[in-house]
Amino acid sequence: MSTASILDIQDLSVDIPTDSSTLHAVRGISLELKRGETLGIVGESGSGKSMTALALMNLLPPAARRQASCIDFDGSDLTHATERELASKIRGQRIGMIFQEPMTSLNPVYSIGRQLKETMTLHRKVSDAEAEKRAIYLLEKVGLPDPASRLKQYPHELSGGQRQRVMIAMALMNEPELLIADEPTTALDVTIQAQILHLLRDLQREFGMSMILITHDLGVVSRAADNIAVMYAGDIVETGKTAEVLENPCHPYTKGLLECVPGYQGHSQQRLGAIPGIVPAMTGEISGCAFASRCPRAADVCRTTNPPTKKLHQGRYFVCHEPEIEQGEGTAEQPVGSERTGKTDCRGAEDILTVDHVSCTFSVRRGLFGKRKPLQALDDVSLTLKKGEVLALVGESGCGKTTLTRTIMGLQAPSTGFVTLNGQRIGNLPPMERARMIQPIFQDPYSSLNPRKTIGEIIAKPLVVHGIGSTQEQHQQVRKMMELVGLPSRVFNSYPDQLSGGQRQRAAIGRALILNPEVVICDEPTSALDVSVQAQILNLLLDLRDELDLTYLFVTHNLSVVQHMADRVAVMYLGEIVECGERDQVMSSPKHPYTHALMDSALSISPGESVPDPGLSGDFPNPMNRPNGCPFHPRCPIAGQQCREQAPGPELIDNTLVQCWKAKTAGSQLKP
Amino acid sequence: MFNYILRRGLMALLVALTVSFGTFALFHFATDPAQTIAGEDAPQEMVDDIREQYGFDRPVSVQYGDWLGSALQGDFGQSYFWKQPVVELIKEHAKVTIVLALSALGVTILIALPLGISAALKPNSWVDRFALSTAVSAQAIPNFWLGLMLIILFSVTFPIFPVSGDATWKHYVLPALVLGASSVPAVMRLTRTGLLDVLSSDYIRTARAKGFVGYRLILQQAMRNALLPIVSVLAVQLGHKLGGSVVTESVFSMNGLGRLAVESIFNSDIPTVQSLILIFVLTFVLLTLAADLINAWLDPRIRMG
Repeated sequence: MSTASILDIQDLSVDIPTDSSTLHAVRGISLELKRGETLGIVGESGSGKSMTALALMNLLPPAARRQASCIDFDGSDLTHATERELASKIRGQRIGMIFQEPMTSLNPVYSIGRQLKETMTLHRKVSDAEAEKRAIYLLEKVGLPDPASRLKQYPHELSGGQRQRVMIAMALMNEPELLIADEPTTALDVTIQAQILHLLRDLQREFGMSMILITHDLGVVSRAADNIAVMYAGDIVETGKTAEVLENPCHPYTKGLLECVPGYQGHSQQRLGAIPGIVPAMTGEISGCAFASRCPRAADVCRTTNPPTKKLHQGRYFVCHEPEIEQGEGTAEQPVGSERTGKTDCRGAEDILTVDHVSCTFSVRRGLFGKRKPLQALDDVSLTLKKGEVLALVGESGCGKTTLTRTIMGLQAPSTGFVTLNGQRIGNLPPMERARMIQPIFQDPYSSLNPRKTIGEIIAKPLVVHGIGSTQEQHQQVRKMMELVGLPSRVFNSYPDQLSGGQRQRAAIGRALILNPEVVICDEPTSALDVSVQAQILNLLLDLRDELDLTYLFVTHNLSVVQHMADRVAVMYLGEIVECGERDQVMSSPKHPYTHALMDSALSISPGESVPDPGLSGDFPNPMNRPNGCPFHPRCPIAGQQCREQAPGPELIDNTLVQCWKAKTAGSQLKP
Repeated sequence: MFNYILRRGLMALLVALTVSFGTFALFHFATDPAQTIAGEDAPQEMVDDIREQYGFDRPVSVQYGDWLGSALQGDFGQSYFWKQPVVELIKEHAKVTIVLALSALGVTILIALPLGISAALKPNSWVDRFALSTAVSAQAIPNFWLGLMLIILFSVTFPIFPVSGDATWKHYVLPALVLGASSVPAVMRLTRTGLLDVLSSDYIRTARAKGFVGYRLILQQAMRNALLPIVSVLAVQLGHKLGGSVVTESVFSMNGLGRLAVESIFNSDIPTVQSLILIFVLTFVLLTLAADLINAWLDPRIRMG
């Protein structure tokens, strides 16, 4: 190991014994991290990346067994260190760790201040006042406003983004030499993600810290990591400098992952290069390449013999029998990015759904004797959906997306305004009639399917409710639908928990489409899925639209999905549509400063580029305390006097509807 | 915090009033108090006289208001059977029950918490198995049988403790063991599952990553979270002990509230039964309130909710 290395792992394995056999979560990986650098570990869920991170400081679940020939951290051997040695010398002191789940990773019964300070006082002889000073200093560094008063607050009083910032501050209390960040931004909105990645970069420069960044988001690693290790089924299949790996992937899995990312190559609404199948569970004896079952290039040798590790040059390895090198792009057997046929141009199409000046106000009472306060979830929202188009609705959590979709589906009566579907008011339609025309697909395929019903029963349910056809006919229709959404017919009698996430989402889509609706509301339909499965589902949704002549309202926070799917985009902020227009207009030349910040925060895969600073001050406001004037003005970099006093109305500029006093000039003012 | 206490306090009061009115009304509809006082075979005129004299002919709500008014001033009326003020009766018996219940609670805590914690720290170890079998046996063995066995062993074979009565502290040892043992299974299992839950939580993983280990991890990070459900269950268990230790009191011939309640019911002594029900309800309500307040103190989410 060279002196420049801070971490050297050789042959690390993690096994988890199960009832019937042993799950090989990590299978003999080796890694090296140089001082001051960032190593990105990427892979889908189940690839073993989190297990690797936990294994370093032996924080694995009790049942897991760890083995390694060497875990060398700055000259000290962590392989044979006891729990007490790790706790007293390494954990929290020399290696800090940030976990994925900000909502549950802080102790709910102790104040932020106590949790920050104890990290320091546990390891060093410092006074309470000194620890407090450090805590305030770091909270300020991580961009939490008013840090001194935060110390008295409890985790539940903070938002997810704020909690994650506290987690980061906590990991940095003792100036660790190595920071392990496990999906530090996955649960957060894009603008906050950009802020936090930006911050980690700054802190790393300041403290000379090394970092292991674990993520499934290739956009994030492409900008934040110096080196990258791609993990698949517990093994590192490819590693090297970030730019080299992403620009010239050798392993078919790396290539497949990249092609799954919407907007990485080709044009929108083209077929994404989905990797078929799912990550296999690595149990029992393994022979051959773990990726062979999903690999388009797999030969016989791949299924029988373990693939060799090939070295391109120092620090650039991959593990494959049939690598994709020196063949140039696009020679793959199955052309990816093939042109879709039958793409409809919906500019002249008729309006199928209209949202007309809809406002929605809830009154919320805090406590038994508290005063009722109005919460304006939607404020004068107008939208139209043209037949056959995909309208993307984007915005941060809490902006009113869900209320709007509920109102559109007729599940929530608007306070003022109305929604019309095919010229008829939603509120006047009988519920059965309404359900026939408009159907939802939800975010979480794990909780949106009844676990006690078979897939066949679930998909047939709408037919049963509506009393359509005999049982025989219903079965026939369900089987046809299953074929259409790509479900094998053998799962007809399976229960949801026997299916993978992607298959469940297919079942949910089947259930939504069985009544032959005209409008489908897709509420983050892929955000719970891995990128390879997301690509499969997005392909399916676009195919179905062409085949069945559907219209989608696509709610998402993932801008590369928007770029891929949408014909038009509507941007929501605090219950208002602040900008709405053609996708390319909105995404490449945004008019509203908020849209601008959102687009800036989107991290496309571009190695070498840094994480942009979205330039938004403060957090997403509490909808209970709407600011006066333009609701965006407290966070807006170009807000003026008028913005603080008067709310702007909608204005049509270049065919885009914008609500901003400075929309005409914003473009020039915001460009860096 | 003040709002929280006020809210919980008012709720508690409402529950107590509802239950006491319910039982009051039930008694007046189900039995004829005048008939009871006069005796089964008394002539109708005498019953009518008594009814008028005691005011039983007035509407139930008026009678309830009357009774509640005096109860609030500490006057629970006159016992029909023992022919003395109910307050005196309750005072005599309450001491025994309170001492017994509190020492039984102590027994429960001393056995259940350590067992539960050690079982959670080493799940599926011999400690865990031992704790589980203790819980199952304590659950399966009836109170009266355990009481009799203890008497045979510690009062007859080895005469260390007295057989029955409530005169000295020695009289309380065996009954407290019996009564305490009955709550051990619930509290022990709850401690175990609660602590196991907390120990597998994300914030404990965070604490371990910060360098917490051993007793500090348990006491400074996990315990406060694990205590929340235990506090609630202990309050209910203490309530049971204060109100329902009839069997134990009978086996050891102790003159507590449980026995008083049973005897009053057998003798249709309505004023005593009514007052006891009011006291049991109030005890339960106050204990639940206390548990809520302790939990609010332990957990900021409840405090600020």
